[in-house]
Order: sequence, then C-alpha cells, then structure tokens
Amino acid sequence: MFDAFLAVMVRDLVLAMRRKTDVFSTLFFFVIVVSLFPLGIGPEMNTLRLIAPGVVWVAALLASMLALERLFAADYDDGTLEQMLLAPQPLFILVLGKVAAHWLATGLPLVLMAPLLGLQYDLSADALRILLYSLLLGTPALSLIGAIGAALTIGLRGGGVLVSLLVLPLCIPILIFGAGAVEANVSGLGEQGHIFMLGALLVLSLLLAPLATAAALRVSAE
Amino acid sequence: MLEVVKLECVRGDRRLISGLSFSLRQGELMHLHGHNGSGKTTLMRTICGLIQQSGGEILWNGESSRKLGEEFTRELTYIGHKNGIKDDLNGIENLQLSCRLAGMPIVRKTAWEVLERMGLRGHEDLPVRVLSQGQKRRVTLARLLLSKAPLWILDEPFTALDMAAVEFLQSIISLHVEQGGMVILTTHQEVRLTRGQVRQLRLGWKEEGDV
Amino acid sequence: MSSRLINWFKFSSPPAFYDLAGRMVPWFTVIAVVLIGVGLYMSFFVAPTDYKQGEGYRIIFVHVPAAWMSMFIYVIMALWSGIGLVFNTRLSAMMAQALAPTGAMFTFLALWTGAFWGKPMWGAWWVWDARLTSELILLFLYIGFIALQGAIDDKRRADRAGAILALVGVVNIPIIYYSVKWWNTLHQGASVSISKGSSMGEVMLITMLIMALGFWAYSIAVALMRVRSIILERDRDTTWVSQLPEMQVR
Repeated sequence: MFDAFLAVMVRDLVLAMRRKTDVFSTLFFFVIVVSLFPLGIGPEMNTLRLIAPGVVWVAALLASMLALERLFAADYDDGTLEQMLLAPQPLFILVLGKVAAHWLATGLPLVLMAPLLGLQYDLSADALRILLYSLLLGTPALSLIGAIGAALTIGLRGGGVLVSLLVLPLCIPILIFGAGAVEANVSGLGEQGHIFMLGALLVLSLLLAPLATAAALRVSAE
Repeated sequence: MLEVVKLECVRGDRRLISGLSFSLRQGELMHLHGHNGSGKTTLMRTICGLIQQSGGEILWNGESSRKLGEEFTRELTYIGHKNGIKDDLNGIENLQLSCRLAGMPIVRKTAWEVLERMGLRGHEDLPVRVLSQGQKRRVTLARLLLSKAPLWILDEPFTALDMAAVEFLQSIISLHVEQGGMVILTTHQEVRLTRGQVRQLRLGWKEEGDV
Repeated sequence: MSSRLINWFKFSSPPAFYDLAGRMVPWFTVIAVVLIGVGLYMSFFVAPTDYKQGEGYRIIFVHVPAAWMSMFIYVIMALWSGIGLVFNTRLSAMMAQALAPTGAMFTFLALWTGAFWGKPMWGAWWVWDARLTSELILLFLYIGFIALQGAIDDKRRADRAGAILALVGVVNIPIIYYSVKWWNTLHQGASVSISKGSSMGEVMLITMLIMALGFWAYSIAVALMRVRSIILERDRDTTWVSQLPEMQVR
C-alpha cells in the first residue's frame, strides 16, 4: 500500500521535473500577484506591513488553484487514471500520492518563496517565521481540498474556473487561520491558537479529503 | 468464472444494454460484436467496474464484483482505447510503474526484456511521446506479457498494430486462454485460437445473447 | 433492494412521486400564501415598534427566517444527496437539484435584507459581521453546486458529482461558521446580531415563527414543482410520461 503511494508520488514528481514550466508558472504567478499589491495600494510601509499576511495568503490560495486543473485531467486524458481506478490498491492512497506530489511540486516552492516576498512588505523576522509555518501547514490542506474540486471537474468545459468556484469557498477557514496567525504575531497577540487550528484543519482534510476525492474520481471517470 | 446477470447500462439518456446475461468460464474467449455505438466499450467498462450498471449484477466466482472491490480488480487486466501510459516517461518507466500499481513490481531488466519481446528494441528508453501510435500500443500491451490476472478485458487491442505485432498479440492471447485464462475482447480482426473456446456475443440487436 | 423495503421505496420511483408531488403542490402553496400573508401582516401591524431601533427593525421578520431557511435547505440538500449516493435512487438527486435554487434565493434574500437593515443601523450597506459573512460564503457554496450541475451534461454524473460536493460542503459549513466567528471577534469588527439586538417580545417571536413556517411551505411547494419538471425532462422518452394527460394536449 505504501509502495503504491510512493510509486504514484515519485511518478508525478518525475513528470513535474520533466515539465518544469508548470511548476515555474505557478511560482511566478504567486510572485507577481504579491508584487502587484504595493503598486495598487502605494508604497506606504505601515499599510503594507498591515496587509502583508493577507496578501501573501490570498496570493498563495490563488496560485494553488492555478495548478489544480491539470491534477487529474492529464491522467484522465491519457488513460492512466482508469488504470489507477482499476489498480488493486485503495484509491485514496493513490490520491494521497498524487496530492503529495502536487504539493511538493507546486505548494512547497510557494512556501519557500513566501518569506522572501514578506521582506518586500517589511515583515519582521519573527513574522516571517510564522508566515513560513502557517503556509507549511496550510498549503497541504489547500492541495487536499483542491483535489476534490479537480476530481469533480475532470473533462468539463471551463474546468479551471469551475475548480476555483467550487474550492475557494471551502478554503476560507484555512485562509482565516493562516493569515490570522501572522497577523496575531505582528500585533503581539500570539499565534499559537491559529497554528493549532491550522494543524487541526490539516489533519481533518488529510482524513476526509482523499475519500471524497476518490469518490469524485469514480464518478467523473465513467 | 465471470457471470453477467440481467445487466442494464444507461449512458446519457439512452439505454444501451438491457437484460444481458452470459457467463465466461476458464479457458474461454468472448468476442464482442456490434456496430459503432452498440455498447461494446460500455459493457467492458461496466464489467471492469469503471461504470456503474443501472441494473443487474456482475459476479466473479459467485460473488458481486462490486463487493469484492480490489479482490476483483487484482484478477483483472484492462486495456482500453486510451493507452494508459505517460507521454513524458519512457517505455521502461511506464511498464515498471503499471506493474508496481498492479502490486507486482518488476526490475528494470525484466521490463527491458519484455519490451524487447514486444519488438521495441532500441526504443525502450525513449520518452513515449516520440514513438509512433503502433509503438505506443506495443508499450501498453507489454503489460499483458507480465499480467498474472486470469481475466483480460481488451478493447480493440489490435488497433494501430502492424501485421507482425497482431500475429504476436494473437499468440499471447491464445496462450493465455490455453492456460485457463479468460478473455473478453472487441476487434474487427478475426481471432484465431489454437486451443480453447471462442464465443461470439452480438450487441445492438433486439434479442441479445450468444450467437 | 429487498422486498421488505418496497413500501418505503414506493414513492422513490419517479412516476409515483410525480403524481404524489402534483397532489401536494396546491396544498403547500395555499399554506405558504396564508402563513406568509399572516406573518407579514403581523410584522407590519401587530408587532410593536422597537424602542431602540425604531420601525426599521421590522425587516428581521424576513431576514431571520430567510437565514434559517438558507441553512436548513443546504442541510436537507446534503441529506438527499447522501441518500442518493447510498441507495442509488434517482429521485433523491433530483430533490437536491430542485432545492438548490430555492436555497440560494433565501441566502440572497437574507443578505439583501441584512444590507437593508445595516444601512440605517450602521450607516453602511455591508458590514463584515460574522453572520453576514457566513451567509455570503453559503451563497458561494450554493452557486458552486448549481454551476457544477450545470456544467455536466451527463445527468447521472451531474447528480453524483453534485451530491459529493453537497456533502463536502455540509461538513465544511460548521468549520466555516466557527472560523468566521473567530476571525470576527479577533478583529473586533461590527457585530450586527439582528435577532438578539433587543430582548425579543412574545409577539415578535411568534411572528418570526409564522414567517419561518410560511417559508417552509413555500420551499416545499417550489421544490416539488421544480422536481416535477425535472422528472418530466429526464423521463421524457419513457412511455409513462407520454401517457400523462398533460402530455396529450398538443
């Protein structure tokens, strides 16, 4: 079972490495969106410091939506998805493998890039650290929840926009606690509560989202 | 033994298959016939479990294939219209991966040998993207050489293959049936078997069943 | 399905339910008109003027029941979806599909009345209050459900995909609600809390309940009407539909 998880994860990572543009376009989308805000709002440092957690988190949310569309659609197109559905392995394990690879290829780069972008907004070292932690806990949950939407919209017209429409509302709690953690740290309230909640949400989505995704895949692949 | 009991399949608003019953024993091959859109692919995908039937049952050794779940899919090798291989991986990687997913990992050397037997010598480590349609099909079908599953469901396995490859594939299928395997396939080619029984099933007529 | 359960599932067949729903619709329509009429009369003429909020508070008689309905309907939709997935009954999915627009309508009504209430009370059309924000997210969930069903051509896939989405949504609703509440208290934003603004008198409570019951009856009537047309549309090629009296007039 674990071997199947590894097999799928490694396969998707290898594929991501051979198609680097997908990975990089997500990352640069994130960078560009975050860099646009000061241009729209003005370079006033106090304001920027105030909105930084929200901006970085919303940008991360949007960027992670961007890569979702192809998560299952590519496998559906070339028929590897039906082979996975027919593999004598629990489907949610294979889903977990795919989501893990998806996060490593598109989520983790965002997390690592975020502190650098936080510097543009003059966040303190401590706040940057919390930003990193909150994204580290939050972005895997975004990938897990997003996978449900990706599985539901396989092969549909305008699938990309539809995924965002379905998934973004479901991601709101993660946004609230993620950005909230950094804000709480900046305002000196202490970020612990938020971080715990993020962890709880991650555990919950780890338990439930792969099952929902597996069910959705069976429906969509008919 | 595979038994299909009063199967009913609906696609879209159309009832493609209704009241279809047949059984397939060890050492038997079933050749599905029918005009385009008569439900051959639907029937095969339903038997695999990719499509949920709207009525009737599919039994594997007397038990519902749905309830058996992975116990059933372990006994099954399905090759559909889509090749089920990744364009960005080479033949070896593709083959190794599908064997690993089937729960029977193979070493690189085995994969190499099998692809060579499929007539892909010299193309084993090229990304599948650069291969021709027929060569891609061969990579897909290489799975059959390694499959230990008793039930093969093959949807148009011969498309895009050249004469030699068709010949070779027929011999593999014959061997499988001879050794007590079961095959359900669709093709426009005539299927010749050295031993074992070939049965024909015609879909799309009012009264369906064995011909 | 075993024969023991056959009575239970009798009305789960579309022809039987089509007939039953047809007979139920007029009753619920009458109940809805009467209750909403009485409720509106009471809310405008019977309920006393609020000493703190003046006449403007009367909008809560629409706002609060609408907000209740918006949440109830989502839960019921998820319930039907769950039944549809487990028992593989077509009718349950049709019910879920029929309920969605009504739920979205009540959500929108709750938001709209909330804004109308907020303008005189807070001087702003929109305040980021926990209740209104959750209601807004609920509207997004409804829209997602409707959009997903609309995007899928294959009816069976649309039913089952919608069902999965509704179930995922219903698991998420409490999480969303509490996270928004947490967010709201942390930012010490405006708290509208229409319903508990002042101690509620007995008349006000009764009026609100009558309105809520009226909305229930309306939702049932509209959902049944909608489910009837969904049944007709999906079964249009079957013989039972072509034999219906309403199909004979050409």
